[in-house]
Amino acid sequence: MAHAAETAVPPPLKVVATFSVLADIAREVGGPAVEVSALVGPNADAHVFEPTPSDVRRVAGADLVVTNGLRFEGWIDRLIKASGYRGPIIVASRGVATRQLSGGADPHAWQDLANSMRYADNIRAALVAALAAKSPTRAAEVEARAASYQQKLAALDRDTRARIATLPAERRRVITSHDAFGYFAAAYGITFIATRGWNTGSEPSANTVARIVRQTREARASALLVENISDPRLIERIAREAGLKIGGKLYSDALSPSGTEADTYLKMFEHNVQTLVEAMSEGTPSPAALLGGKP
Amino acid sequence: MTLLATLNALLIQPFAEFGFMRRALVACLALGLSCGPIGTLLVLRRMSLVGDAIAHALLPGAALAFVMFGFSLWAMSIGGFVAAVAVAGLAGLVARLTPQREDASFAAFYLIALAAGVMIISMRGNSVDLMRVLFGTVLAVDDASLMLIAGIATASLLVLALVYRPLVVECFDPGFLRHLGHAGAWVHGLFLTLLVLNLVGGFQALGTLMAVGLMMLPATAARFWAAEVWSLAAVASLFAVLSGWGGLLLSYHANLPSGPAIVLLAGSFYLLSLLIGRRDSLLARQLSQRAHRKA
Repeated sequence: MAHAAETAVPPPLKVVATFSVLADIAREVGGPAVEVSALVGPNADAHVFEPTPSDVRRVAGADLVVTNGLRFEGWIDRLIKASGYRGPIIVASRGVATRQLSGGADPHAWQDLANSMRYADNIRAALVAALAAKSPTRAAEVEARAASYQQKLAALDRDTRARIATLPAERRRVITSHDAFGYFAAAYGITFIATRGWNTGSEPSANTVARIVRQTREARASALLVENISDPRLIERIAREAGLKIGGKLYSDALSPSGTEADTYLKMFEHNVQTLVEAMSEGTPSPAALLGGKP
Repeated sequence: MTLLATLNALLIQPFAEFGFMRRALVACLALGLSCGPIGTLLVLRRMSLVGDAIAHALLPGAALAFVMFGFSLWAMSIGGFVAAVAVAGLAGLVARLTPQREDASFAAFYLIALAAGVMIISMRGNSVDLMRVLFGTVLAVDDASLMLIAGIATASLLVLALVYRPLVVECFDPGFLRHLGHAGAWVHGLFLTLLVLNLVGGFQALGTLMAVGLMMLPATAARFWAAEVWSLAAVASLFAVLSGWGGLLLSYHANLPSGPAIVLLAGSFYLLSLLIGRRDSLLARQLSQRAHRKA
């Protein structure tokens, strides 16, 4: 009877997301209708993830798998094959306008809130499709949650633009340890100079480091920012070399552990904006310190 | 003039322009100076592979310290030191208490240590960290690690000078230290401690996998050029220092990762010595055979 099916609360959908950012968006949109777990957890780097047997088991038992796509998770196809999972696979970035880099599309699309709205919408559509047959009430709840989440994303997007607009254009230059902010840069008008190309997996050469130090000295960047998933030692070295201060920590590809400063996507984004604005509005460094920046 | 200018640009300018290059060079010089004699003694004592085993044995200690304190120089150095000394001690103990030979027990313990180290780091879920601990970053050497490396090199050379005679005699008369009884065991223990200390120093710059490269490759290459212990050690140190210098330049000009560049250059010194060295090399053998035939 249709009536009984509507009143009985079905067990939550088991959603497996590839990394913490997607997992958070799925949780926000799904609410009590889903039980989300992330394969690559907080503060970990999805570029170089190696699945364990328990990950394979989790994927095998999932009702829905959410991936970023854009070849961000190079390991996901093998993992899904190994697990025997046959359910739907949601590519959260589907429909996003991608930035092209020399190695293909830049996968870090969630660093632009407009893209994340698309992510949330893709996830909403998938959840609603999965729930519609089992529990129309839950599907309607998901629609409502998704709408309110979209509003929060849009509000944060407006807020971010307003805050960055207060900074003079020539100060909107920072250096980071891994090039994950291409979308952020394009969307919000900040120049990010990355120290590693767009992959954390390789060891930099002296040539790369020298190029970055030179760039930093010439670029008159406002600050140098460390990421939560990169080696802090190298970036500190570069900062010293170029006479820059280290301006705090950015979250790029992973949230922070639950209960800390950036444990949801919204908090992570807000934290990044806050860190960037602080770093770029501080009076340091003077051009003289940059030019004579040798230790 | 243009030749001089080119040479200057090729060989000197990278170090003059960049502080991180100077630091990396000083670290390599210090490591080379003490690794030369220690590597030579290892080769002469037929312990060439023990260095490798001990370098891997550092890993669980350094890994545990990393998991608990992050990239802390002192915690990781002390952790690595304790773990390596424990492995060396256990291997020696097994060799004394059972008929198993020391090389076999070394192999067993270092494999256990290596696997434990990889597991400890991987349990925190980040294999980039593992790569960094395994490979190190000579380009990110800071003041504290430079002091540590230089301090270890200085202490090693002083201690080697003090126990030079018994160590050398034992190379050619393996029973010698045993005749000395307690004093002999003490000298052997001291030597192993120096070995561990140098690997801890090398670990800061080159990581556990390659710290031993700068120790063993120059020492094995020196054998094709010199015969006395002091000259072997001097040639080994010279090769190590040249590998450090040349490796950094290679990394700078050819855009190669610096750690492997340094060790591969040391490797090519070995291959070159094997081919055309002054003593017992393939070329020298060929020449002396021809001389014999003529006579």
